[in-house]
Amino acid sequence: MATGNTLRGSMMAWTCPGTSERAPLRARLNRALAQVPAWPLYPLSVLPVAWLFWQGATGRIGIEPVEAVEHRLGLWALWLLLAGLAVTPLRRFAGINLMRFRRAIGLTAFFYLCCHVLTWAVLDVQGLAAAWADIVKRPYVTIGMAGLLLLVPLALTSWNGAIRRMGGAAWRRLHRLVYPAVLLGAVHFVMLRKGWQLEPMVYLALAALLIGMRTIPRDRQKAARR
Amino acid sequence: MRFRPDLGWADVTPRADFMNRRQLIGGAAALAGLGAGLPAAALDAAPSRYSTDEAPNTLEQISGYCNFYEFGTGKEDPARHAGQMTVDPWSVKIDGLVERPGSYDLADLVKGQSLEERIYRLRCVEAWSMVVPWIGFELSGLLTRVGVKPSAKYVAFETLYRPEEMPGTRRPVIPWPYVEGLRLDEAMNPLAILATGLYGEEMPKPNGAPIRLVVPWKYGFKSIKSIVRITLTEEQPPATWNIVNPREYGFYSNVNPEVDHPRWSQASERRVGGGFFAAKIPTRMFNGYGEYVAGLYDGMDLSRNF
Repeated sequence: MATGNTLRGSMMAWTCPGTSERAPLRARLNRALAQVPAWPLYPLSVLPVAWLFWQGATGRIGIEPVEAVEHRLGLWALWLLLAGLAVTPLRRFAGINLMRFRRAIGLTAFFYLCCHVLTWAVLDVQGLAAAWADIVKRPYVTIGMAGLLLLVPLALTSWNGAIRRMGGAAWRRLHRLVYPAVLLGAVHFVMLRKGWQLEPMVYLALAALLIGMRTIPRDRQKAARR
Repeated sequence: MRFRPDLGWADVTPRADFMNRRQLIGGAAALAGLGAGLPAAALDAAPSRYSTDEAPNTLEQISGYCNFYEFGTGKEDPARHAGQMTVDPWSVKIDGLVERPGSYDLADLVKGQSLEERIYRLRCVEAWSMVVPWIGFELSGLLTRVGVKPSAKYVAFETLYRPEEMPGTRRPVIPWPYVEGLRLDEAMNPLAILATGLYGEEMPKPNGAPIRLVVPWKYGFKSIKSIVRITLTEEQPPATWNIVNPREYGFYSNVNPEVDHPRWSQASERRVGGGFFAAKIPTRMFNGYGEYVAGLYDGMDLSRNF
């Protein structure tokens, strides 16, 4: 004969499969993640770029190597920015803690964006005058460049000393600039495609969703969890 | 086995089975040295005085890097997906202000037209360019044959729209079917051709098999692919990119280095195949075909009629 408690337990297991195992699994995952050092991400992040440029220079990356390298760098940066934006919601709503890797994710995104802009300026439009003319004249370039500029102070204050000097609250306020920066990047992608294409729209929607999740008030979140 | 006088096309060994292209090209080069008169490829075409002497892009580049949104928006998508397009049988409906309207089978359409090799520059609106050895015949030849009524002022074209064979059309990236148009005097210009092949072979599917327009003094998207309908009209016909974004794509869309696309400069272009460090080349007015076509636009403000 089932007591009230075991009945409730089996009901829980039946209505929310996996509930009973999820907490230990999550704890185990977080414990495992805590063992992974973050520093190797920095040297590792250089490898894909080196690989990409090598492929471009030796004619191993499609028929139009400049376009291929430039677009891929931009896309990778957008992926990383979205991944960086996902860290907080993942911790808040799924209990998975990737906070230790967020700085490396953000700095890698910034590094890829710098490579993206350099490829564009040197190999694509070929010249600082032409690049500047495009920045001033072409809205999608202006928007992309504005997004990158917003990330510059974030990259400059990404070390522990900067956080200490600024104080946590001021640092967090400054780093909210990542929200408009990612949105500008996604809009830049939507604008440079011809017609209304699905792929860039998906990224824009994802960015909006990840930013929007931050506005969910804490108590509602608790209610949702219960 | 008895001799059968009733052999048909069904009995012919597919060309791919007895020769592959690389062997053919290598073999033809060797044979040319010996002076052997082996037909080099499927289509026999006379050389043309309109051909450029610039080096053509390779077949791999021409078919592997192109825009054919019916098969996806990526440059490699046509090569990946156009194989499923049925191009035989193929007929083109010719209607509107013509003396002899009707549905013309492809073979019938080409009948009596003299095929020429036209090595043309192709300038895409996206600021890249190629040199393509098209095989085709002058559009004016077909229009003369079907008889253009005096009231006709424009020619409208329509691309095949067959969602089951064209994965790109299952999403409304642009309105389907793709349509384009020319003014009648543009269509009658000897540079305007209907191409049925390139590099001496039948038109590859990514490049608009089995028959497409080529108007080399205009941005590439005017050269509509896989044509199923040609209509003579009195009013200016719709053109897809012009409908989608009239601010960026005009009806004429002549190559013009002085009129920028709102999102990028048209002053220079990247010749596909140049590699990672190739310098851009300056774009020429009417893509370098001004001596043949500039007269069509006398007295027109080309920055307004872009």
